[in-house]
Amino acid sequence: MPDTAVDGDVLLNADEIVKHFPIKEGIFFKHQVGSVKAVDGVSLKVRRGETLGLVGETGCGKSTLARCITRLFPLTSGHLTFDGADLSKLSRSQMRPYRRGMQMIFQDPYGSLNSRRRVGSIIGDPLAIHNIASGDERKKRVQGLMEVVGLNPEHYNRFPAEFSGGQRQRIGVARALALHPKLIVCDEPVSALDVSIQAQIINLLEDLQGEFGLTYVFIAHDLAVVQHVSDRVAVMYLGKIVEVADVKDLYSTPRHPYTNALLSASVVADPDKARVRDRIILTGDVPSPINPPSGCRFHTRCPKAQAICSTEEPLLQTAAGDPAGHMTACHFPVAEGEKLASGKATILHAVEGFLAEAPS
Amino acid sequence: MTLLAVDNLTVSFPTADGTVQAVRGLSFSVEAGKTLGVVGESGSGKSVSALTMLGLNPGADITGSAVFNGKELLTMNQQQLRQIRGADIAMIFQDPLSSLHPHFRVGWQIAEAIRAHTSVNKRDAKTQAVELLRLVNIPQPERRVEAYPHEMSGGMRQRVMIAMALALKPKLLIADEPTTALDATVQAQLMELLVQMQNEVGMAMIIITHDLGVIASVADEVLVMYAGRASERADARTTFFSPHHPYTRGLLGSVPSATGVVGSRLTPIIGSPPSLISVPTGCGFHPRCPFAMEMCIDDQPDLVEIPAGGHHVSACWLPPEMTGVGVAMDTARQRYASAHRGVRSSKLPGVVAAVEGATVYA
Repeated sequence: MPDTAVDGDVLLNADEIVKHFPIKEGIFFKHQVGSVKAVDGVSLKVRRGETLGLVGETGCGKSTLARCITRLFPLTSGHLTFDGADLSKLSRSQMRPYRRGMQMIFQDPYGSLNSRRRVGSIIGDPLAIHNIASGDERKKRVQGLMEVVGLNPEHYNRFPAEFSGGQRQRIGVARALALHPKLIVCDEPVSALDVSIQAQIINLLEDLQGEFGLTYVFIAHDLAVVQHVSDRVAVMYLGKIVEVADVKDLYSTPRHPYTNALLSASVVADPDKARVRDRIILTGDVPSPINPPSGCRFHTRCPKAQAICSTEEPLLQTAAGDPAGHMTACHFPVAEGEKLASGKATILHAVEGFLAEAPS
Repeated sequence: MTLLAVDNLTVSFPTADGTVQAVRGLSFSVEAGKTLGVVGESGSGKSVSALTMLGLNPGADITGSAVFNGKELLTMNQQQLRQIRGADIAMIFQDPLSSLHPHFRVGWQIAEAIRAHTSVNKRDAKTQAVELLRLVNIPQPERRVEAYPHEMSGGMRQRVMIAMALALKPKLLIADEPTTALDATVQAQLMELLVQMQNEVGMAMIIITHDLGVIASVADEVLVMYAGRASERADARTTFFSPHHPYTRGLLGSVPSATGVVGSRLTPIIGSPPSLISVPTGCGFHPRCPFAMEMCIDDQPDLVEIPAGGHHVSACWLPPEMTGVGVAMDTARQRYASAHRGVRSSKLPGVVAAVEGATVYA
């Protein structure tokens, strides 16, 4: 796919990444009866030093994509280049030297740390696995890392259970930093934390990016957080990227009806704006990724859907009048100032129908 | 008309490590047909106070009063409470997986709630259950009514909970983090449904959440809780645009875009919420507060009225006219606070961080 916008230094290039999970049946002779199409042809580029936000609803394939680009999953098909090297076909042992360049921060600070090991050895693990430092040297480096992320280095010998949620997430950050990676994939790093702690971690991630020249892929479902941290944002729906643009363009002139709905559904913490806005309310649920709709995957819920949408899949391309980096996969991109059907009436209708039926 | 009036509620739990003082003297009221938003971090006593009102806290030591519709809730026996729970006061719990019975079909569970309070027969109750599932936008409600909770996604289970809560058109709906586990689009759908139900049947709502966005979009009045006490209470616009309490100010500074300028740096509250076994002396927020003064360490402030309007009360020793967000007001607060500092208060972590002008990661 032509991507004229990316002239900068590309650190990670994903080309038509596909990840299908087989569904098997049978007791003795397992045979495949279908597949969950978690990621179904995603191309994206991550430039050195930028933060790419990745948003979408539960089950849209964000986390699977994150695990594909860090090669924690083998790819079903597609190509992945990281820092000039082709990683798509490497085996586990061949991957190991490249793992130093890419690390991950996980969502759940309770589940992602082994509760029976001391913090020092958790953070020191990457150094041990890659034979970088041992003994006192390792301890010194781990304590240095703890200081960088704002933990007390004297707590080296404590267990994860002795830390609060925010502090645990800092342990996760320190572990990711241990190998001086180029890319850190943050999979919902703040969604399990309290509001005031979220802000601490976001600021920490921003500081580290400035200090170590990190590149982030930042996955979150909170659009306000993504807007705050990202340079560019990609929106996913059912295993596909439906829109990608600079953060300002995406939030000011979203083109894809799904992006419009997502943005209008996210509530801002401002009582004036939160109430005035005429929300676009999508009805129905996200379809199953086992059997995604034909054509444009969003057509079953789209307020602008027409006949062509169910037969022909739209390409991810730049719409007329948009800057080159703004790409949308839609047959009928939303024009600036255009109002989409809000769906409020449907809900009101349901409420009135219910009240008329129900005995008082 | 005041539907629910809670006065000086305290709830504590005896544990092996000491007494957990979950709620420490909480007072608020809810008007019929209005929405009260309750915000605060985990462990601030939001959920416990709601559960206490419904008698769902066995083993807790409770004092104070909660009067609903003229009747005292805290002295009722289980029999009387059962008549009110589900019918007059309904509750949506935070965790939809553990709040539905895994052994029974969801339709049966909704029908049971209906049959417990009204004299409809089984078949009519089932029909109503289908209608309720349709109301909360569950696809194919005729089929889904026969499903077990484990056959549904988290979002669908939460909608079943909401259907159950709306079944008897309660006078008061208590929603404890009703949409926290849900996606933005589903959240928008359900909040819209709750608001429209409220408009049509005139029920009052208490929405407990840590999401300031949800509060901004639905609440008429906001109660900010910290360490088991009310730190500030005001109508929604006042809370967001001219808060008085430094904790409220800190919460607003922690959320992107609430402070107005997108892209500016967030100003988090340092440290983390206190343990409720050993609550800090004086004002519970003083170890984290950038404006802590000597008196904050010793004396607990009471809620006092803020004269600027908006039914505004706040529990902070800063002068009542110091309301609002923004650098100018923070500087004024800083100046006032530093004039009232002593040896002990200058060493508090929040104060040190503020004086250094740097964010301290505690």
